[in-house]
Amino acid sequence: MTATAPHDAAAGAPAAGRLLELRGITKRYPAVVANENVDLAVARGEIHAVLGENGAGKSTLMKIIYGVVKPDAGRMLWEGRPVVVANPAHARAIGIGMVFQHFSLFETLTVVENVALALPGAPDLARLAREIERVSELYGLPVDPRRLVHSLSVGERQRVEVVRCLLQKPKLLIMDEPTSVLTPQAARRLFETLRKLAAEGCSILYISHKLDEIRELCHRATVLRAGKVTGHCDPRRETAGSMARMMIGKDLPHCEHAPAREGGVPRLVIAGLSRGADDPFGVDLQDVHLTVHAGEIVGIAGVSGNGQRELLAAISGEARLGGKLPVRICSVEAGRLSPGRRRRLGMCFVPEERLGRGAVPEMTLAENALLTAHRRGMVRAGMIRFRAMREFAARCIERFGVKCGGPEAEAKSLSGGNLQKFIVGREMLQEPKLLVVSQPTWGVDVGAAAFIRQSLVDLRNAGAAILVVSEELDELFEICDRIAVIAKGRLSPARRAADSDVEEIGQWMSGLWEADDNAPPPAGHGSGAQRAARA
Amino acid sequence: MRFVSPLVAAALTFAAGLVLFSALGRDPLAAFHAFFVQPIDDWNGVAELALKAAPLMLCAIGLAIGFRAGVWNIGAEGQLAVGAIAAGWLAVGFHGAGSALLLPAMVAAGALGGMAWAAIPAFLKTRFNANEILTSLMLVYVAALLLSWVVHGPLRDPQGFNFPQSKEFHDAALYPLLLEGTRLNAGVFVAAAVVAAGWWFMERSFGGYTMRVAGLADAAARYAGFSARRTVWVGMLAGGAAAGLAGVGEVAGPIGQLLPSVSPGYGFAAIIVAFVGRLHAGGIVLASLLMSLLYLGGESAQMTLDLPSAITGLFQGMLLFFLLAADVFISYRLRIAAPARAPREAAA
Amino acid sequence: MTDQLVPILVATIAAGTPLVFAALGELVTEKSGVLNLGVEGMMLVGAVAAFAATAASGSPWSGVLAGAAAGGAMALVFAVLTLTLMANQVAAGLALSLFGVGLSAFVGKAYESVSLAPSPPLAIPLAADLPGIGPALFVHQPLVYVSWALFAAVAWFLYRSRPGLVLRAVGESPQSAHAIGCPVIPIRYLATLFGGAMAGVGGAFLSVFYTPLWVENMTAGRGWIALALVVFATWRPARVMIGAYLFGGVTVVQFFAQGEGVAVPAQFLSMLPYLATIVVLVLISRNINTIRLNAPVSLAKPFHPEVA
Repeated sequence: MTATAPHDAAAGAPAAGRLLELRGITKRYPAVVANENVDLAVARGEIHAVLGENGAGKSTLMKIIYGVVKPDAGRMLWEGRPVVVANPAHARAIGIGMVFQHFSLFETLTVVENVALALPGAPDLARLAREIERVSELYGLPVDPRRLVHSLSVGERQRVEVVRCLLQKPKLLIMDEPTSVLTPQAARRLFETLRKLAAEGCSILYISHKLDEIRELCHRATVLRAGKVTGHCDPRRETAGSMARMMIGKDLPHCEHAPAREGGVPRLVIAGLSRGADDPFGVDLQDVHLTVHAGEIVGIAGVSGNGQRELLAAISGEARLGGKLPVRICSVEAGRLSPGRRRRLGMCFVPEERLGRGAVPEMTLAENALLTAHRRGMVRAGMIRFRAMREFAARCIERFGVKCGGPEAEAKSLSGGNLQKFIVGREMLQEPKLLVVSQPTWGVDVGAAAFIRQSLVDLRNAGAAILVVSEELDELFEICDRIAVIAKGRLSPARRAADSDVEEIGQWMSGLWEADDNAPPPAGHGSGAQRAARA
Repeated sequence: MRFVSPLVAAALTFAAGLVLFSALGRDPLAAFHAFFVQPIDDWNGVAELALKAAPLMLCAIGLAIGFRAGVWNIGAEGQLAVGAIAAGWLAVGFHGAGSALLLPAMVAAGALGGMAWAAIPAFLKTRFNANEILTSLMLVYVAALLLSWVVHGPLRDPQGFNFPQSKEFHDAALYPLLLEGTRLNAGVFVAAAVVAAGWWFMERSFGGYTMRVAGLADAAARYAGFSARRTVWVGMLAGGAAAGLAGVGEVAGPIGQLLPSVSPGYGFAAIIVAFVGRLHAGGIVLASLLMSLLYLGGESAQMTLDLPSAITGLFQGMLLFFLLAADVFISYRLRIAAPARAPREAAA
Repeated sequence: MTDQLVPILVATIAAGTPLVFAALGELVTEKSGVLNLGVEGMMLVGAVAAFAATAASGSPWSGVLAGAAAGGAMALVFAVLTLTLMANQVAAGLALSLFGVGLSAFVGKAYESVSLAPSPPLAIPLAADLPGIGPALFVHQPLVYVSWALFAAVAWFLYRSRPGLVLRAVGESPQSAHAIGCPVIPIRYLATLFGGAMAGVGGAFLSVFYTPLWVENMTAGRGWIALALVVFATWRPARVMIGAYLFGGVTVVQFFAQGEGVAVPAQFLSMLPYLATIVVLVLISRNINTIRLNAPVSLAKPFHPEVA
């Protein structure tokens, strides 16, 4: 079969070429309608984007196709015939493969065991290993079948997932936000693989909220907003702006960003931090140098799983104590201090996980205010002052526009974006001298994300030092004054954001900054002012 | 809402009682009366109810502080025994001294003894990461053997015809009786005071809050900077102290001496009491009364129904099963009605 | 001393056998990600059921079957609570243990003065005649040989068979297993029932072959020791065997020491198995990564297919 991508048909492929068709798919959850009356048609050999912001219902729709979730209403046609996908095994049997955003791999098993688990029958592992090597070479997806999955990088794991799908010779491959774990360069290599697959006749459903890569890769796009289809288009003929309007109903917000004042005092200094990981599957930090000054936002870019978690734990004090770590917070040696003592020095922290770490799901927002803000007059003589606690929560809800049922609402009843606004607000209302934020807008809708970014910039303008760790390069370039890259537990020198670009930082994300002539030598991890002087 | 499932569980246990009695060939209503009503139809019965509820609520409130923080101390039975040994040693050692300080000293010694026994799993957990469920439970058996050795050896009554028991305590080593003609003694005040203190700690203090956070989301506790070691220590020591006091209450109360066994499983039954009482002080008081009734009913069943008193244990286990099931059904309905995402542990 | 070695070895293996059954069963349960703390209760109920069945039928093998069925039935209660109703596994396991103690004491009252005919050991022809190891290893209750077969079967199943691979995968990440189409909940049901049945057989060995008597609470913490053994063994069948016989040895040495008139109060000698359990737990848990690397990742965490 040749690739007959229907470039012009906005409403759908010619009926004969349709591989998959969804009609009127609806899925309701107690609080939200994830999908409402969704229609979707995918032609053979087509790379079809499903575009929408966080919470638009993309992932639910894909899980319905793959048989993980059952729809409440609607029909699915596969190769022109109605089909009810009972479970993922059934989906694979009829030729649907899926690569999840959060991989479905087993850490303590080898690659070949992982692949074997997804295949029917009892495959011979040695033969399967050779087959894996063949397919991975054919499609430019290098993986070693004998390695244990926990020893693989995130990018390698994704390749395992893709290879596992390809071994079943799928007619449709679903990819859920695949580039969130890749460097820009690795993303381009993945696109080559996907194009090759499409040319061989395999259809691809490509889920993303990144407009640029959809324009680069996809033949057609279906746009979802709040669970409903708001449009179909040919992304190659659209601009990022026009697709954004379909996606969120207005232009993408951009946050105000005056240049940072230079010459602020150092608030966070990490001078040669090396540390073995607590977790056996963790990353060892090697000789990390970093300085964050008052009045600037420093970003740390990198593919997840390269030491971000370990670095943040060493800064926050959550890493198990033992040995002095070279961490200075607001001019105080903090390497042996507990998280509570570090907060007393003026540091606040927004962690990556919101439910269960940044907030206790079963507790009310008022009780969650007490979690880190208890030093702000909420405890007297060991007793909780319930009124002060509620007032703080109410203030946070109001100032940061948290949509919720008030201070007595349980944290788990909030949407991801609103809970993140509450947590960011709780930390900011403590007037930190140093704010450390991990993944500030992960899984957050566009409006809340813009609000959070603007709040960070405002706090910087008020003189705070801010460290942001994010996997979204666009976000870092939007708000940061300087950007460093973490790769395999090593941290690159920080580049001035204005002097760098996505291409360079993306290159560094694979750990290749020494080769870069423009990078300052490793000794020069000083302030922006120093570096400016050298230049 | 929180107390619906304990009520459902109690009702189901009563209902299961009716079924069980008729399955055993007894007239269910008469048996039900003999088991659940007859034991408390006079003042003496009510006094016995309070007397047995006291050690249960003591152990349960101490355990609840730990359980709320995810510290699974299930060795209260052993901590109770060691508390009894510590108090009994004092009582025998100062037999006849007649000092008014003896009883307070015994109370202190009992609490310290229980704490010392609970400190072992706490230390092994914080220092070596050893699972506190298994270590605290192993120490129950060790404590029982220790008590056996004490009454066979060092504290055996020389005039006791070689029975394994200590001499009977002097009046100064006993809680004063409260009601003439009953065994109810001032130990219930100790229990009430400890329950009140437990309520204050869990509901009003910041320390109690940090423990609750640790139990609900340990990553959040770490993130907020609440010490995990401290949580384990406080949880274990609270349980040990309260159980030790329960041990004092037994030997300085209804028993009045050291015997090879000083508790009919109060330390284990208290686990059920803590859960049925929703790990809340008020609920624990009510649940301990219910559990006490099951003990009295078992004794009554043995005398009037010719059923083994072990039936008490059967009812205790059923009560907890019904609670867990009722909990799930109720929170399940809530979950369907509310936008909750992941089902978290339903019982703790 | 050497003439005592054979009886000590024989007694060690006999004392370790209930632990072998209970711990191998619990190992399989835990490998699927389910933590069942009710082993003590399941063993006790298995023991009393086996005793009753043997007393009624006269056949110890019907007792073993009854023990397995009773242990399995107890595990079924646990499985319904935790796997279908999503109750907390720790709480439900404790409930199962407490319930088992109560139930077995209640049922067992009628059997407290009953005694069973001791069943003779079975000598394996030829092997039993080997000098030294023959009488030590090959003259045992038939159930001992069954326990060895069970070990081989469990080791093969977990590491050589595809269903075993699926079981381990479910214990590692039920979300991933569900996503690739494994029936997580049914697999966990089977693993839990197997664990219960094996605990029941362990109890049956105690009451029908080992003592053979019914005494209230006769397992005396062996169910809990079996749980500790699984941790000690870092979830590996071969180490479960080593651990079980180690504990059998500790139990036996204590009896022999008492027999030899060692000048230590009997109570302190009787503490040895419990103290040994604590020591062993401390040794294995000391390095936090030993547990983290070996424990099934999803152990004791509830899994709901619809929410995942």
